[in-house]
Amino acid sequence: MQRKSSNLEIWVVLAVALFVIIVFPSLNAFTADGSWLHVSNFTITLYGKYLCYAMLAISVDLLWGYTGLLSLGQALFFSLGGYMMGMYLMRMIGDLGQYHQPIPDFLVFLGWSTLPTFWKPFASFPFALLTAVLLPGVLSGIFGYLAFRSRIRGVYFAILTQALTYAACLLFFRNSLLLGGNNGFTDFKFILGYDIREASTKRGLFIATGIALLLVYLLCKWLTKTKFGKVQRAIRDSENRVMFSGYSTANFKLFIFVLASLIASLAGVLYVPQVGIINPSEMSPDKSLEAVVWVSVGGRGTLIGPIIGAFAVNGMKSWATRSYPDMWLLLLGTMFILVTVFMPKGIVGLPAQLQGVYQKFTAKKMKAEPVSVTPDAAVQPVKPE
Amino acid sequence: MKSYLFKSLALVAALTLTPRGYADDTVKVGVLHSLSGTMAISETSLRDVLLYAFDEINTAGGIKVGDKSYKIEPVVVDGASNWPLFAEKAKQLLEVDKVAVTFGCWTSVSRKSVLPVFEQDKGLLFYPVQYEGEELSKNIFYTAEAVNQQATPAVDYMLKQGKKKFYLIGTDYVYPQTTDLILYKYLLLHGIPAENIGGGFRKDDSGKVISAGKYVPFGHTDFQQIVADIKQFAASGDACVLNTVNGDSNVPLFKEIAAAGLTAADCPVVSFSLAEDELRALPTKDLVGELGCWTYFMSLNTPANKMFLKSWNTWVKSQDHPGVVKEKRVVDSPMVLSYDGVYLWKAAVEKAGSFDVDKVTAALESGDISFEGPGGLITMQKNHHATKNVYIGETKANGQFKILETFPQVYGEPFLLKDLDAKLTAATK
Repeated sequence: MQRKSSNLEIWVVLAVALFVIIVFPSLNAFTADGSWLHVSNFTITLYGKYLCYAMLAISVDLLWGYTGLLSLGQALFFSLGGYMMGMYLMRMIGDLGQYHQPIPDFLVFLGWSTLPTFWKPFASFPFALLTAVLLPGVLSGIFGYLAFRSRIRGVYFAILTQALTYAACLLFFRNSLLLGGNNGFTDFKFILGYDIREASTKRGLFIATGIALLLVYLLCKWLTKTKFGKVQRAIRDSENRVMFSGYSTANFKLFIFVLASLIASLAGVLYVPQVGIINPSEMSPDKSLEAVVWVSVGGRGTLIGPIIGAFAVNGMKSWATRSYPDMWLLLLGTMFILVTVFMPKGIVGLPAQLQGVYQKFTAKKMKAEPVSVTPDAAVQPVKPE
Repeated sequence: MKSYLFKSLALVAALTLTPRGYADDTVKVGVLHSLSGTMAISETSLRDVLLYAFDEINTAGGIKVGDKSYKIEPVVVDGASNWPLFAEKAKQLLEVDKVAVTFGCWTSVSRKSVLPVFEQDKGLLFYPVQYEGEELSKNIFYTAEAVNQQATPAVDYMLKQGKKKFYLIGTDYVYPQTTDLILYKYLLLHGIPAENIGGGFRKDDSGKVISAGKYVPFGHTDFQQIVADIKQFAASGDACVLNTVNGDSNVPLFKEIAAAGLTAADCPVVSFSLAEDELRALPTKDLVGELGCWTYFMSLNTPANKMFLKSWNTWVKSQDHPGVVKEKRVVDSPMVLSYDGVYLWKAAVEKAGSFDVDKVTAALESGDISFEGPGGLITMQKNHHATKNVYIGETKANGQFKILETFPQVYGEPFLLKDLDAKLTAATK
């Protein structure tokens, strides 16, 4: 039963992914503006952004839903990836900035006339990608090693990760770090030689993000099915028992923490060229909290849940900030409260929940008519999922 | 819940798919400000004053293009103090709602994040808040105060008062950094030696000063050390402080200054980010006598301003728009510059006879578009900045300013650094 539904999920995801990766961009490219089938450039970039958020949400869920580690620092790794990509994109502007100088504008108005040394290699795309892997990887490795070795868990882990991202946020605000301070990076022009403002480039980025999300999903799906995944969930449910069974839980947690940081960083790398800006407020703790909200709305402990949650919450936000600019926070807040109170398993848990209610209801009915039913069926409990 | 989700997604899709254009006799105008988040406290007022301006224009018959009149239909969106969201909303306004013009942004970072969107989609943005300059987009018109319409006139005034020492303090972001660098060079040019400029310097490898002044992070609260430093600096009695600290940090700063016994008479503080709206949240008794410099003060005693305030107050009281606060409203420079922007745009549209961005831009750039606003005459220049009056005011206990000096019709110049550098090299030769 379990396997069947899980397989079904993969097929559905593959079908949707195919649709998103192929049909959506085609509708953007090959239908005329104004046709009812047409997907506008605006929609493409908007959904491209949601795809990145979905990837970030998966990274949160991998830690929180599957391993029981509530990390409030995922926005940091997301932004680090974004910053590395941003540095590459800033170099690609060349001398097309406000001042027509070969160095980024903010360095000019901070009084620099030559490029600081650490900026130099970022003209290379592979180098930027490499740093987007190494920097979050090493940082999460060191932080995770220290935290898990000291057996920090639960709320203390959440607080520590939150402090980490807040500290980084303050650091990146400083202009003396030479990463653009409060304004960060914006006004990008080219990526890999393509004009970043062209519709075709945006389609390309959208497709790349779709594929990346699909791969991340499949990787996590596979991982959670292996023996590793079982240990992972065992840690979530009772870490002490796993330890007494001879597993080094710290290593398991460290691996998953680093993996999640890399997924978040990848999401950030794809996010920045589509959104066109990266700045320190992206790594403030409330951004991490937002991602946690997406996961809980979608359904934690599943891989499809975070994707649905990221799309649902951000879709709501995009729509409500335009339609109800004065009330949207109330709308969103009400939704979160309703979900937390009435739908502990989120949107993906809803069918099972409804089924449960239905079974209870029918069971009650049957109880009321004892003649027509055997006692066994009447007391049969709702099947645990 | 699921159907809710689908509904919301369907709505998003519907919004993004619906073809738009100008309706028969209305024109869509975007309002892009933060109505939630950290900037909401400042930006909500700008939304209000814009709605007021639209109502005023609509009541007076709308905008006349050719022989037709168009009513303004505002499209208000919430940027939510979230910079990527600002870019998304700007794109939505331009590509989905197809607005003719947008009034919006407060922080430099929000402007920087929407700038590429406006350039790509050939939109038109009016930006109303004092800023650091060093930017000129063909798609943005800056009714805002440039540095030479706020900071340098304030320095001129202090020099005239016989001040010889200047202490620079600010929050660490691009507006204070750039402004202070400009002020440092401006002061050197006016014969103030570097040792009389307080707050410290940062130099690059070649010894060139790349940052002047003392900087604190956002939300900084501990000013004891800095104020002690200022007190020592001001001991000679001919010093003043040029303050570009932003937001809440001003509360502990002024409390500390008061506690240290520094008075406005010994060492006045000129603040560039504190207008009437911000003063409502500050302990004004600690600020009495300190100075401000803007292109509008609510206390301006002109018929135009009195009429504006009267009609604004009536409008606010009668408003049923959600979120418009009715009690204890004040008006300040960013609000008036937003309001002026609407009228400058209207005049340009009427002159161009079209809502077309290129034509309106050409009209605005012609130099003939001006408006007699609450702060006095404001004229749009070819360089997308505006000529307007600059006022120096002294803070009173009631949170208003007493106007001390007027610099009439100051030309807005966004690029000061280059010019100052050239003058400095010429002076040293």
